[in-house]
Amino acid sequence: MSIETALPVLKPADFASNQDVRWCPGCGDYSILAQVKKVLPTLGVPHEKIVFISGIGCSSRFPYYMETYGMHSIHGRAPAVASGLKTCRPDLQVWVITGDGDGLSIGGNHLMHAIRRNMDLNIILFNNRIYGLTKGQYSPTSPLGKMTKSSPMGAIDNPLHPLSIAIGCEATFVARSIDTNIKHLAAVLKRAAQHQGTAFIEVYQNCNVFNDGAWSYAKDRETKSEKTLELEHGKPLIFGKNRDKGIRLNGMEPEVVELGKGISEDDLLFHDEKSPEPSLAYLLSRMRVEDDFPEPIGVFRCVDAPRYDKVVNQQMEQAVKDKGKGDLTALFHTGETWTVE
Amino acid sequence: MASTISTQSDSAKQLSVVDEATVRFCGDSGDGMQLAGTQFTTTSALAGNDVATFPDFPAEIRAPRGTKAGVSGFQIHFSSNEIFTPGDTVDALVAMNPAALATNLIDLRKGGILIVNQDAFEKKGLAQAAYAMNPLEDGSLDSYRLHAVEMTKLTRHAVEGLGLSIKEADRCRNFFAMGLVYWLYDRPLDPTLRFIEQKFGKRPDVAQANTQVLKAGFHYGETVEAIHTQYHIEPAKLKPGTYRNIMGNTATAWGLMAAAHASNKRLFLGAYPITPASDILHELAKHKNFDVLTFQAEDEIAAITATIGAAFSGVMAVTSSSGPGIALKGEGLGLAVITELPMIIINVQRGGPSTGLPTKTEQSDLYQALFGRNGECPIPVLAAQSPADCFCIVQEAWRIAVRYMTPVFVLSDGYIANGSEPWRIPDLHELPQIPVTHPTASDRHLYDDDKHFLPYLRDEHLARPWAIPGTPDLMHRLGGLEKQDGSGNVSYDPQNHQHMIDTRAKKVALIADDIPEQQLDGPEQGHVLVLSWGGPFGACATAVHTLQAEGKKVSHCPLRYLNPFPRNLGRILQQFDNVLIPELNRGQLRTVIRSEYLLDAVGLNKIQGKPFSVAEIVDKIHELLKP
Repeated sequence: MSIETALPVLKPADFASNQDVRWCPGCGDYSILAQVKKVLPTLGVPHEKIVFISGIGCSSRFPYYMETYGMHSIHGRAPAVASGLKTCRPDLQVWVITGDGDGLSIGGNHLMHAIRRNMDLNIILFNNRIYGLTKGQYSPTSPLGKMTKSSPMGAIDNPLHPLSIAIGCEATFVARSIDTNIKHLAAVLKRAAQHQGTAFIEVYQNCNVFNDGAWSYAKDRETKSEKTLELEHGKPLIFGKNRDKGIRLNGMEPEVVELGKGISEDDLLFHDEKSPEPSLAYLLSRMRVEDDFPEPIGVFRCVDAPRYDKVVNQQMEQAVKDKGKGDLTALFHTGETWTVE
Repeated sequence: MASTISTQSDSAKQLSVVDEATVRFCGDSGDGMQLAGTQFTTTSALAGNDVATFPDFPAEIRAPRGTKAGVSGFQIHFSSNEIFTPGDTVDALVAMNPAALATNLIDLRKGGILIVNQDAFEKKGLAQAAYAMNPLEDGSLDSYRLHAVEMTKLTRHAVEGLGLSIKEADRCRNFFAMGLVYWLYDRPLDPTLRFIEQKFGKRPDVAQANTQVLKAGFHYGETVEAIHTQYHIEPAKLKPGTYRNIMGNTATAWGLMAAAHASNKRLFLGAYPITPASDILHELAKHKNFDVLTFQAEDEIAAITATIGAAFSGVMAVTSSSGPGIALKGEGLGLAVITELPMIIINVQRGGPSTGLPTKTEQSDLYQALFGRNGECPIPVLAAQSPADCFCIVQEAWRIAVRYMTPVFVLSDGYIANGSEPWRIPDLHELPQIPVTHPTASDRHLYDDDKHFLPYLRDEHLARPWAIPGTPDLMHRLGGLEKQDGSGNVSYDPQNHQHMIDTRAKKVALIADDIPEQQLDGPEQGHVLVLSWGGPFGACATAVHTLQAEGKKVSHCPLRYLNPFPRNLGRILQQFDNVLIPELNRGQLRTVIRSEYLLDAVGLNKIQGKPFSVAEIVDKIHELLKP
């Protein structure tokens, strides 16, 4: 489009606001911020057309650091603020920045409804499995038994799994990445931005102050290839340092198998992010290290479906086609009227 | 004053011309009483009367049939003079069953006309209404002009041959009652016949049945000898123009649409269904071709926060709810205040606390509107005083919202929202224009020396610029953390916080310079000033007019601006020996007035889910007038 060729070339630095970034040194948020700044200039969207909306929590300071439009709203409500914005202005690219407490605890309802409406939002959930800004209480993604200030004998709430929730709401784009895996993260963010409809991305993010090492199994050089599995559309699920292990379906259940010894790649489960049924994506979201599975990263699901923000505006256009452009005088005179001389 | 003349018909019936009358239809909530009431209202309005209505229905959609809990009523006051209330007492009561009679008889004046469906006064119905004896037979109704009519039987007769089931036939009974009352008050059948054709056009048998039953009721009145007198009410002398009848919630919705039109804006309503505010959502959802976008949110919190997002996007953003929903919106309101975005928050008040009395009226959310948030969080508050006033008040709210970049509260209540009155349809050019401008990149005065846009640079109204996403070079970040004035950057500076708190308060206070002076109905000095707000306007106006006609030095001061108050209010209050504040709460405006003006106002407070009667206010004024 001519409008895109006329755009000035933007660099990551053009997306940095004039505000000092105030996350703790070593926080995983820095890396996510850097990758978002790296991806945005590649999208061909002018920066005045981009809006970041956040809730409350460490991650939710994010909009202040971006030279775009933004709103640091209230705890858990970012998906709702963003929904109002996006329905009125489908021309804008709207990002939602949230965390495990903000998105899944106090704001769980809004997250669920934004996703089920397939509102065209890019939602990044920074999952550090702890409340950071309030200084270290357990969060809805903290594992059972987690000892924190508010759970001195260990957390007894079953944790929520963000991707299982999103897929349960039939999210049309679901992905997972890791703060320090910057190439992977950038690629996932770019695909999310290009998706039409709700793109939900869980990022394993390290809180080095209150929950350091929560994701070390997925990040450390020694363990990551055994404990994570990179999804590729149309490819079998293979993992391991020597790429010698895979996931096979045994009836309805996945199992880890070793390649060779009579098991070939063709026997493995093949990833299909386009599957209209969310069942496969859900199954993948349930593969967890505590159950001796590698945790998949990458795009779990990417399907097309009608977007609320688009359809709501189409209905308004259709109403004009069907009934003509609204005329207040005619409306006021509908039904019974009478004239006083 | 009634004057009696003979009718032109050859019957022995008398036609009595009266100034006004009040009729109430009541029955089971499945008996179609709301339909009967609205049809009688339309017919009376078309006959040129001034009308005021009061629908009263239970919170349950279908309470057990025949019980007192399931009684639904609709009261219409119609007159050849200007009227402000649906009437204190009822001149003619139609009761479709014993439960309806038991719960409504108290409001029928002695000597009033009582029409009952005699067929419903059988053993079971009487027991459900806790009547030990049949009141139609025990003489307990002797002080009324009782007409026991076999409505069920007569209705079934009227539809014979149309092939309707007994159940379908019985569903037409409300039309019999309507027909009879139409005859009693000399009303034409045409408007309702037109309505039947429109409403039941797809079921010709039902349309035919309702038509026949309506006429049967009318003819019954004409022929039955027990009813001697027919009443006639001349048209009222209203201001010239074209009129229609309008309900409060409809007027609110249309006023919002008019305001959006006047500011050339898309209208966004974020709402979650709640009684008695839902009809605003329903009405606006119908008008998508007016560039109206309705968003039924997942909850009240999402409704306000989506509205905040919509306001940020640059549209006319509105959320509507009732007390319990407003409570949930409290945190969002704080965000709206600190981001200084324009929007309207409508509270159609109902009985509280908690779920309270969802379908009944009350004015107990004034404190909530004025103070119900954390922090120093001022929001302008306006209140509608009648159904038609809802149309004007929301336009005024939008004017203030955009000029001062602030959320604005509009208070309505269940009585106004569901009540109706004639509304002179305005020409569009009579309506206020509400110009809105958004800054652009070329507005250089909005930048600092480093060419950074200043989202909190204030104008003469202390309003900040409404820069909207998509505008080049005006990128900025709003948020709930305190902001540096001017730059809009997050600021923890103590002096800046004090400055911002003071500035937001001052901004709201400044609105007092920009609203009309308070008008007074009556002399500027006197013994009693009745200070009203919201729904009691009508009863207060009528009470004050009554006493003024008796030569008493009484005036009425109907407030529409509750924050800030009109500049001259304090001066007005000083000129009276007594200030009476009737409110459907325990004295919320009174507390504020006492605090603001150090004035010992007197309260008249009622919290029964019902509006004031005129008599209650007249009595209280008399009490204050006693030496």
